[in-house]
Amino acid sequence: MSPRNGRPNVPVTIDGQDVKAFEGESILELARRVGVPIPTLCHLEGLSIHGGCRLCLVDTGDHKLKPACATEVTAELDVTTTNAEIREHRRRIVELLFAEGNHICAFCVSSGSCELQDLATEHHVDHIHYELGYERHDVDASHPKYVLDRDRCVLCTRCVRVCDEVEGAHVWDVAMRGNEARIVAGMDIPWGESSACTWCGKCVVVCPTGALSFKGRATGEMRHDPELVAFLARARDEGEWIDRRAEA
Amino acid sequence: MHDIHTIDPVTRIEGHAKITLHLGDDGEVADARFHVTEFRGFEEFCKGRPVAEMPGLTARTCGICPVSHLIAASKAGDAIYAVTPPPAAIRQRRLLNLGQILQSHSLSFFHLSAPDLLLGMDHDPATRNVFGLMQAEPEIARRGIRLRQFGQEVIAAVAGQRIHGSLVVPGGVARQFTTEMRDRIVADLDEMMGAATATLELLVSVEDRFERELHSFGEFDSIYVGHCLPDGTWEHIDGKLRIMAADGSMLVDQLDPHDYREVFGEAGKTDSYLKSPYYRPYVDGDDPRPGMYRVGPLARINLAERFGTPVADEGLAAFRERYGRIARSSFLYHHARVLEVIACVERIAALMEDPVLFEEKVRSQAGINALRGVGASEAPRGTLIHDYEVDGNGLITAMNLIIATGQNDLAVNRTILDIAREFVDGPQLTDGMLNRIEAGVRAYDPCLSCSTHAVGQMPMAVSLIAPDGETLAEVRRD
Ligand code: FES
Repeated sequence: MSPRNGRPNVPVTIDGQDVKAFEGESILELARRVGVPIPTLCHLEGLSIHGGCRLCLVDTGDHKLKPACATEVTAELDVTTTNAEIREHRRRIVELLFAEGNHICAFCVSSGSCELQDLATEHHVDHIHYELGYERHDVDASHPKYVLDRDRCVLCTRCVRVCDEVEGAHVWDVAMRGNEARIVAGMDIPWGESSACTWCGKCVVVCPTGALSFKGRATGEMRHDPELVAFLARARDEGEWIDRRAEA
Repeated sequence: MHDIHTIDPVTRIEGHAKITLHLGDDGEVADARFHVTEFRGFEEFCKGRPVAEMPGLTARTCGICPVSHLIAASKAGDAIYAVTPPPAAIRQRRLLNLGQILQSHSLSFFHLSAPDLLLGMDHDPATRNVFGLMQAEPEIARRGIRLRQFGQEVIAAVAGQRIHGSLVVPGGVARQFTTEMRDRIVADLDEMMGAATATLELLVSVEDRFERELHSFGEFDSIYVGHCLPDGTWEHIDGKLRIMAADGSMLVDQLDPHDYREVFGEAGKTDSYLKSPYYRPYVDGDDPRPGMYRVGPLARINLAERFGTPVADEGLAAFRERYGRIARSSFLYHHARVLEVIACVERIAALMEDPVLFEEKVRSQAGINALRGVGASEAPRGTLIHDYEVDGNGLITAMNLIIATGQNDLAVNRTILDIAREFVDGPQLTDGMLNRIEAGVRAYDPCLSCSTHAVGQMPMAVSLIAPDGETLAEVRRD
């Protein structure tokens, strides 16, 4: 969230509560500012908006639910962030993510530091009602420091965005479509062969699951730190690292 | 006429299996087969996974002895990293394995086998179980529950979680051992020592009642395999393999587990998912049976000169006075298990006084330095070997797990045959006879989900099959 000037003056109702939003603020930003929780997965403060996971769906009285992270507030908007229908949608999205990947928390390096695991707990996902895909994905362990396990990738694209927008290296992209979609380094080369990679590890710390991890970590040993990006983005936007003494 | 009896499911073992008894033309039992009907295939689905994940992943082979897999997998990882874990890490792994053996043996002895031993093989099946034991002998049942609980507490103190702890990693362990952890363990030590020695006294006092079982439950010559130290002291995690002949002479001593393939072969079978490892030099041709060997508590106490702790050694001396230097009957697995329980408590107590256990450095760091690594340890049920091959990035390309129960498979078959010959009379399957066959299997404390790397609880069935293939009788217990 970039710093906003002035005072919020757009009247919005969120879960029956009358609040004032900033001009151009997203429903998610507003909700977080006024303390209304909305689950998210692909969204990460400090990165551009992707709007791909649909976990943040809210009801704005429109004919369809809207992603809170990618929808700007408008005057007199009346937002409902949870009800039975929304909860059911979210639960199904989480189930579909599980059905699509090979997410086995029992021996996952990120168990205990995984946003997908937390979402499953939060949404009472104790069964998957969809047929499991059991797609076979390769593990890319070619990088000396990090491992990419596509079995655990939810295609949130945080790694793609952080590498492009914060590090400026643009190692990652999404290749193919639909079921075949996968994160690739460069033009689909082994990560260890990418000359663009600066070994900064930002993609690893922002990954919400065990898809990206530090090499050599055992079950449950990975700890992600996605807030790091908001810190970096804020520092950059506010010029915290620029020595202003000369100007003064 | 050729009959087959099938016992299906065998109850009170960890897992599910099926037994067929084949009658010969003379109406006597000619062959017995123990079939494990579940399949787990860990060796296949571990391929392509990072080696660092193996402790956590293979620990899922078994809910009873995950710690054994954690340790063997981590040792295989140590070999691939080509590192020596820091001394404190080795002590912690040691402590964890002692807790594991203790809790597993207590489960086997009190929960699974004591109903037979204390209530009698012909006791009403409805109450011949741990609940019946609680009613008839509440004090003994309580001791068993406490010992098991203590073993699990030791695991929890070290690993943080009773089952599937994630403490052990290639290169060492994840956390430093603290005095708080020690205090949790030390508080119960005296009670446990009392419970363990009382259990031994009790077992010794009832053993005479089982003269017939002693001689029919797998009383035969076999090779014995297990870890021990170069000086012959009982060992469960370090040291190398000792292979001892039936007469107590040494076939191989201090074999590096890395070289196990030189000595052991593995026979696959068409009627069971259990692989049967055998001692290669004794086998010439397709039949692995001459290479039969036993692993586990009985093998370990036959192999070792001593436990190296006073109370267990006193028990071992009395045991040898009674049964000889080499105990041949698999019925004595129970006795060996109780002796090991005592040794575990004594060794846990000794470790609590060892300052090295508390040292801060617990993990050695390294990358992929070898493309093959073998890790071995003594699981409660016997020697466990994890053999991994990896690519240059540390992803598994081939894996072989040699599990204790698999290694005892040939001996289990032989035991069933002996018991069937002794107790099966004609085409009926009586309850007492069935239970003796099951009890014979149970003496090995087989963990079938582990040995087939197979999912779930195991029901078991026994069939009696005629020479012409007709099923004469069938019993199934779920
Ligand atoms: S968080 Fe809004 S769509 Fe993913």
